[in-house]
Amino acid sequence: MNGPSVELVGVSKRYGEVLAVDDIYLAVGEGEFFSILGPSGCGKTSTLRMIAGFEFPTAGVLRINGMEMTDVPANRRNVNMVFQNYALFPHLSVNENVAFGLRVKGMENSVIDERVAEALAMVQLEGMHHRKPAQLSGGQQQRVALARALVNRPAVLLLDEPLGALDQKLRKEMQFELKRLQREVGITFVYVTHDQEEALTMSDRIAVMNDGRVLQVDDSASLYDRPSTRFVANFIGTSNFLTGRAVRLEGSVGEFEVAGVGTVKAQPAGPISEGSTTSLMIRPERLRLNASEPGDNSVDGLVDESIFVGNDILYLVRLKDGTVFTIRDQNKGPEARTAVRAGDPVRLSWAPAATTIVSD
Amino acid sequence: MKAYGVRWALLLPPGLVLFALFVVPVLMMVITSFRPDLRGGPFAWGWDPTLQHYQNVIGGGDYLPLLATSARIALLVAFLACALAYPVAYFLAFRVGRSTSLLLTLLIIPFWSSYLLRTIAWKIILGSNGALNSFLGFLGLTNATAPILLYSRSAVVVTLIYVWLPFVALPIYAGLLRIDRSLLEASADLGASRFQSFRKVTLPLSMPGVIAAFVMVFIPTVGEYVAPILVGGTRGSLYGNIIEILFGDGINWPLGSAMALLMLVGVFILILALAKVLRVRNLIEAVER
Amino acid sequence: MISRFRILPAYYAFLVVLLYLPLLVLLLFSFNDGTALSFPLRGFTTDWYEGMLANGQLLAAARNSAVVGVGVSTVATVLGTLAAIALVRYKFPGKTLFLMVAVTPLLVPFLILGVALLILFSALDVDRSLLTVGAAHVVVAIPYTVLIVASRLVGFNRNLEEAAYDLGASFSYFLRRVLVPLIAPAMLAAWLVAFTVSFDEFVLASFTIGREPTLPVFIFGQVRFANRFPQVVALASVVMVLSLGMVLLAQRLQRAWTRR
Repeated sequence: MNGPSVELVGVSKRYGEVLAVDDIYLAVGEGEFFSILGPSGCGKTSTLRMIAGFEFPTAGVLRINGMEMTDVPANRRNVNMVFQNYALFPHLSVNENVAFGLRVKGMENSVIDERVAEALAMVQLEGMHHRKPAQLSGGQQQRVALARALVNRPAVLLLDEPLGALDQKLRKEMQFELKRLQREVGITFVYVTHDQEEALTMSDRIAVMNDGRVLQVDDSASLYDRPSTRFVANFIGTSNFLTGRAVRLEGSVGEFEVAGVGTVKAQPAGPISEGSTTSLMIRPERLRLNASEPGDNSVDGLVDESIFVGNDILYLVRLKDGTVFTIRDQNKGPEARTAVRAGDPVRLSWAPAATTIVSD
Repeated sequence: MKAYGVRWALLLPPGLVLFALFVVPVLMMVITSFRPDLRGGPFAWGWDPTLQHYQNVIGGGDYLPLLATSARIALLVAFLACALAYPVAYFLAFRVGRSTSLLLTLLIIPFWSSYLLRTIAWKIILGSNGALNSFLGFLGLTNATAPILLYSRSAVVVTLIYVWLPFVALPIYAGLLRIDRSLLEASADLGASRFQSFRKVTLPLSMPGVIAAFVMVFIPTVGEYVAPILVGGTRGSLYGNIIEILFGDGINWPLGSAMALLMLVGVFILILALAKVLRVRNLIEAVER
Repeated sequence: MISRFRILPAYYAFLVVLLYLPLLVLLLFSFNDGTALSFPLRGFTTDWYEGMLANGQLLAAARNSAVVGVGVSTVATVLGTLAAIALVRYKFPGKTLFLMVAVTPLLVPFLILGVALLILFSALDVDRSLLTVGAAHVVVAIPYTVLIVASRLVGFNRNLEEAAYDLGASFSYFLRRVLVPLIAPAMLAAWLVAFTVSFDEFVLASFTIGREPTLPVFIFGQVRFANRFPQVVALASVVMVLSLGMVLLAQRLQRAWTRR
């Protein structure tokens, strides 16, 4: 099986007047941990449900492992889902919940028992076989939901914001758990979330969606360093923007004229059209305070606020034209914290390579 | 999964039963009320519709006054039942903790024993040789032989209130339970005394439940005829009794149908008026609960 | 303040005592050695209970009521469940109308319903019998069963249906192995409520009854016969205790599934 695990070709979904999913193209590789990331209402859940078979595309083609499944109902697809609220059958024990899919297929009891035990061991939930869902904690219920899906050895496992109901610490633990599990089992995971940190932590590749459209599909680092649009730049991490007019391209360095700042240098990935206006984005941690190096871009400003967040310090610096930049600096100790204070004038500088050209 | 067929398979059986045994009979009754007589049987055609029965009822005789009296009695019963049940419902909703379920059940149980028997029980108690009288006589308190209360309109009212009381508590209780407790805390926080909080917050918010209870007692009671027979005597006869006779020995189905219809319409109008007066828009939701 | 605290429970207690008093009086007289239902009491006897057991007519009426009750409950529960599933889980045109029609029998005076059914049965030339009584009772039991099952379904996690499909189940498998097991307690509660409604119902029965009486109809007819009345009272006491048992059972079940 060399083709993509899941393929969406020109898929749209309309609910009455509302276009929830607008002509999207996705190809999820086999054995990949693939996330669909976006704010609520962006269409990510609708997309997931179409892959699962609970909704059917209004247009376009859906393929799973090369076979067309556009209109095939959920109970005939080799795809399983972990629901946001787990959807465990309250009247069945853990054992019976996990065994449900196998019983539907009419497998023999001995085979079922074996596979169920295997699945529960995989999610580290042995010893809970006879409990009912109501007797389990949130984290335990979630593992049961996982086991129930995985025991059927589906071609693709779908996860609909499964960690939403858990507290911070448990979430982080489960994120590592899921990643480990996916690598161990080798099944394609399609994971839907609105939490960008979660997506960045776990995924091989991420598709960022907004307003029903797929804006960018890339691995974590690429999404972070080279977001294609302003929305993606803002959604993944914090961004600082300047608006610049392209002046010229000399070798690998492009020069942009930014009002109130002067010339800003960048290292664009491709050709730039001279005279065009574009957004320039710099990440907070790439900005230096009063520590210029040769060849750097720089701009002067006034510190509005300094915020202590534990392992970092955030500075809000107001530029001459009123724009506020966010700078993230490592917390190197008490002296560093008092070095720069609110009201101080500072010079911000950053390397040309840290300037990202972003469309929109 | 969401096949259209499923929906109809689910709806058809109950729908058909309700249509055939509820909607159709009522329609037939409406039609019957316009017939001059039943010549040719209930299904005959070729008769001229007439308003004579309606004229009979509305025009002369005691029919309309009796309907008014029945309605008045029903209003009284419903009102008193609700008023008497309210403190109990309040007690269960606000004052009790763990044993609420038990106490509620205790209250409801009498309602689930036979309505007939409870009415008969009152007949026994209130009669001249009845329990109450003989008990008092036994104690030497009285030697009257006339029945206390029995065979009068008051007996009917008392009996009906007694019969409906446990039932009425339920919707009121449910309505009270739904009141957000934090509203009362806010009221206290803003300086209201407990009584003020009750009057300004609890009472108004409990109204949907009370209205639902009121309507559920009022409507059936307008057509009440059993209690009048058992404890009402001649003076206690109500509108429903006449309808019953017209369909029994006094065979005049068209007239009876007309009277029944007028009663329905009257009740409907009263409910609408009540709804307007009390500005109730979520009556249906309250009933659904 | 403190006095307010005492008033409410006292009022409750007073009301409950008042409610039970007539029933207890009846119970008392069912053991009284004498036909007059008045004080002073004459002495303890179980004659009336024995007489009741020997009274063929009385027992036949009770049996009729039981048979009708079972039939009505079963039919009404099935129909009510179907309607509840449709109402809660599906959209369809005329939903509100259907709901209103389903609930309205509770809001119409039974006198009118009884009269209307009388007209219907005579028009269709259907002989009145226990069957027609059953039909009438089904109509008024349906609102109860629909409401009881629907209120259970409303709290039912919608995702469970999708989860079942996701794991490969067909609609019928889902119904059998997931939905029905979960609403079974509610269905049972509905059955018990419908049975109680039918068993004690008098007005509709009196209009749709044929030659065989149901218990309430029989009781009503016996009111004038003083010498046979204590037997009726004895039977009534037995019935009362049984109804109580059923209602308590229904309550138990409702509480059990609310705890899920």
